[in-house]
Amino acid sequence: MSDVQTARPARKIVIDPVTRVEGHGKVTIKLNEAGEVEQARFHIVEFRGFERFIQGRMFWEVPVIVQRLCGICPVSHHLCAAKAMDVVVGVDAVTPTADKMRRLMHYGQILQSNAVNVFHLASPDLLLGFDAPIATRNIVGVIETFPEVGKWAIFIRKFGQEVVAATGGRRIHPRLCIPGGVNQNLTVEHRDRLLKNVDQVVKWCEAALDLHKSFVASDPELYATFASFPSSYMSIVGPNDEMDLYDGPLKAITADGSIIFEGVPADHYRDVIIEEVRSWSYMKFPHIRSLGREAGWYRVGPLAQMNCCASIGTPIAEAARADFMTLGAGGLVHATLAYHWARIINMIHCAEVIRDLLHDDDLQGTDLVVTGDRRPEGVALIEAPRGTLLHHYTVDERDQVTSANLIVSTTNNNEAMNRSVTKVAVDYLSGMEITEALLNHVEVAIRAYDPCLSCATHALGDMPLIVTLEDADGAMIASRVKQ
Amino acid sequence: MSATLHPVPTTSKPTLATCALTGCFGCHMSLLDIDERLLELVDLVDLDRSPFDDKKTFDRMVDVGFIEGGCSNEYNVAELKDFRAHCRILVSVGACALNGGVPAMRNAITLRDCLESVYLHGPSLDGAGLIPNDPDLPLLLDRVYPNHEIVKIDYFLPGCPPSGDAMWEGLKALLTGEEPALPYQLCKYE
Repeated sequence: MSDVQTARPARKIVIDPVTRVEGHGKVTIKLNEAGEVEQARFHIVEFRGFERFIQGRMFWEVPVIVQRLCGICPVSHHLCAAKAMDVVVGVDAVTPTADKMRRLMHYGQILQSNAVNVFHLASPDLLLGFDAPIATRNIVGVIETFPEVGKWAIFIRKFGQEVVAATGGRRIHPRLCIPGGVNQNLTVEHRDRLLKNVDQVVKWCEAALDLHKSFVASDPELYATFASFPSSYMSIVGPNDEMDLYDGPLKAITADGSIIFEGVPADHYRDVIIEEVRSWSYMKFPHIRSLGREAGWYRVGPLAQMNCCASIGTPIAEAARADFMTLGAGGLVHATLAYHWARIINMIHCAEVIRDLLHDDDLQGTDLVVTGDRRPEGVALIEAPRGTLLHHYTVDERDQVTSANLIVSTTNNNEAMNRSVTKVAVDYLSGMEITEALLNHVEVAIRAYDPCLSCATHALGDMPLIVTLEDADGAMIASRVKQ
Repeated sequence: MSATLHPVPTTSKPTLATCALTGCFGCHMSLLDIDERLLELVDLVDLDRSPFDDKKTFDRMVDVGFIEGGCSNEYNVAELKDFRAHCRILVSVGACALNGGVPAMRNAITLRDCLESVYLHGPSLDGAGLIPNDPDLPLLLDRVYPNHEIVKIDYFLPGCPPSGDAMWEGLKALLTGEEPALPYQLCKYE
């Protein structure tokens, strides 16, 4: 329930915590005397400090430590760190078996992670209504009202998790990658078990897309305008701008589709991206360097992946992409709710890629690791379920990490999520009597981005309390905790 | 899990609340890893306050509280105490809840060092950077605390995360009062 503070003349509304998202965030909305929105902010209120406490660890430990950034997308961090450490051990290309094992794991994870957002977290709003009663506006309510959707939720996610477990030994925080390669191939037993179910999973994903399109058709005006605005987009892309969620250079485009930059390799990221810190959130605000702080914000994630790519390499997903792009009437698609549509197309693509990979004998290859000459630095990019993820490490001659910089998917969407929150607040709350249902509209906008706030809060910060902590070296805070 | 269980009253469907403190949400994901047993769970309990629904405060006593993550800031402490006050049985789930886990790796470093490293000296910062400071952000604790140092915890379920099977066995035992089947293979201290 929202905490409505009635300090007059102006009011401040707090949504705390934002629910049905991963991690900790809250929204504050300031209304003036006339009840108009003066300021709306999405604050990230958690922090952990990975960049600092990873320093001093041996570089080969990093892929299994940093995956603990996130329990929904541990594979993304595991793979991105491993790709950066490939560079550190002097390896520019891993073996076909290693590359395909990593891809299989990656696409399995995106499938399950997208399923969590589409079904477990966001579907209650779209299927039951933004203003459905709190008691039923959740996955249990969806299972009871739409048993078929409940089945997709459980079994699509289960399949994605089984792919992850088949490649990395277990479902959450799996271990596949070592710098320069992988530690195992895919057994034929695992392959055959997955092959039995993959066609059904593709079909379920297609059915989920049909259901989503019926939601779109029920109110096209809402779909096109809710929390929406034109924006720039960024993602990695493969050769010829084909969608590749595992590897490729960075590309960014403006709202009208023209190129801001393309072909930017991971280790040149600082030429194009820079981050601003604002006092009221622990999450940084990245922007495109050439466009500056005001105009340089952009969006990442499934919507950006669709807008930035020219094609998808699997047939069902490619047909779905072409259909999706007609929403933009020749231009890009800017509807914020279309993140969900794009996310489901990605699920279809992932299931198709998994099916193709399972038929590839390279997965049973035994050439797993390549070695090279040690380098002092490694940077890597990957498209995580929520968009572009970057890991950057330096390693000293004793093999210890000396610095780490992580720009995670959700951080890239920080400005965009704040703009969506502001737009919904202005469109729906200004001058209105504030109800729980109206406040849920704000959260619906946030959920479209599928934010992963644990991921985004690796950075560690603090407020003026830091002075107190320094003086007392923690003693005062300790007593506070134990009261 | 301890072998001595306190079965919850069976007069009505038992209630379950969950929260994620400072962790990675992996324990909540592992709860989803019970797969089709989710349908049994839905039959077995009423879900109360949880990140999986939109109930944001307690309005009644709840039978079982499931805590992922440890405490790194004042919001975590307040939420943990609120759960203790409203849950008959409180369970710490996963490495972060039990001993701070990976986030507690920061306990060896001073806050000042962390702050400056991230917000003033990050390699892709625009300008000089600044340290976030706002009344709408929680105060950070000097270090990361396991939950049992702050409130009484009734049961502990280890793992990073505990597997879906371990989650299921632990929860089912608490909700039905039966002995859990938690063999060595399901109890991983990592």
